[in-house]
Amino acid sequence: MNELAITVIGRDRPGIVADVAEVLAQLGANLTDSTMTRLRGHFAMTLICTGPAAAEVEAALAPLAAEGQLLATVRAVTPDGEVPPAGEPYVMAVHGSDRMGIVAAMTRVLVDGGGNVTDLSTRLAGSLYVVLAEVELPAGVADTLVDRLHRTAAELGVEVTLRPADPDLL
Amino acid sequence: MTGPGSGPDAEAYAGLGDWTPESLVVSGEVRAVVSAPHLVLSRAADEVDPTAKETVQLAADLVATMRVSPGCVGLAAPQLGVGARVFAVDVTGHPKAVTVHGTFVLCNARVVEATRWKAGREGCMSVPDLTGDVKRASRLVVEGDLPGTGEPVRLVTDGFEARALQHEIDHCAGLLFLDRVAGAHAVYQRKVYL
Repeated sequence: MNELAITVIGRDRPGIVADVAEVLAQLGANLTDSTMTRLRGHFAMTLICTGPAAAEVEAALAPLAAEGQLLATVRAVTPDGEVPPAGEPYVMAVHGSDRMGIVAAMTRVLVDGGGNVTDLSTRLAGSLYVVLAEVELPAGVADTLVDRLHRTAAELGVEVTLRPADPDLL
Repeated sequence: MTGPGSGPDAEAYAGLGDWTPESLVVSGEVRAVVSAPHLVLSRAADEVDPTAKETVQLAADLVATMRVSPGCVGLAAPQLGVGARVFAVDVTGHPKAVTVHGTFVLCNARVVEATRWKAGREGCMSVPDLTGDVKRASRLVVEGDLPGTGEPVRLVTDGFEARALQHEIDHCAGLLFLDRVAGAHAVYQRKVYL
């Protein structure tokens, strides 16, 4: 069974999800994990599907991209299935004046502390820049990491909080 | 010494009683609300003397500004650019409110009991373009001082008013709802402006 990583991005319009999903369904590609959202007027999809060969999907998506409004990439990947958590889940929130390099600097601190960012989103609202990251941290490093995050945030002129993610109780 | 009767105990605290903003006597001025990223919103505010003239004026200004701001159910001094532990709350008439204490202002407020945590969507006048999902206690006990008399009060509340109080107490600690959202995808572009 082939596993494919597909990205589609383009100027938002009604019907992008339906169009792409229809192409995949017609090829017998089973859409497994996906995330789709609108970012500043661009609709972006990242998805994993199983089924046909990459070339076949690429060819089937080509007509959608032909008008130049959508960009689609298809890549075969090695199926790993669900990866068990490598640590304790935390949420990092960063906010402050927008400037270059906030995501780079803050995530570097997380990585250097042994963390693994598993989910991240950013929002720019006026001059306010917000970064929210879910990160798995090795047991016992959070306190040390908080100090490092605060130092880096201070250099960037932004605020940071790191909190344990709420466990799902049910 | 920390023996019985030496510290603030439950008996030292009354409820809000007949307190209203009008008992401040001074009239409040509508002031500009500052938005993130403004440093005053990210710094822990200072304790205040609830009987000081400037605290009383600040309390009146908070109420006046809250009242002219559509949909505003609470406003903290840092949102007026003042690093003081003072905030106003009024959830009167809000469809989600159960317990309602009317309009009140608290100085140096702190949470003493918080239970029954529930997630809910929050916005903020200082973060006008975003909302976020935040878990807050839906049963809450807060202690603080009334501006003017300085009388210590204990407030027991729930639901929406409890959420508003926690949001404002956070402001006084230099925290925005953005610091408490549930995950990487728990912040949203605001769609509805009141």
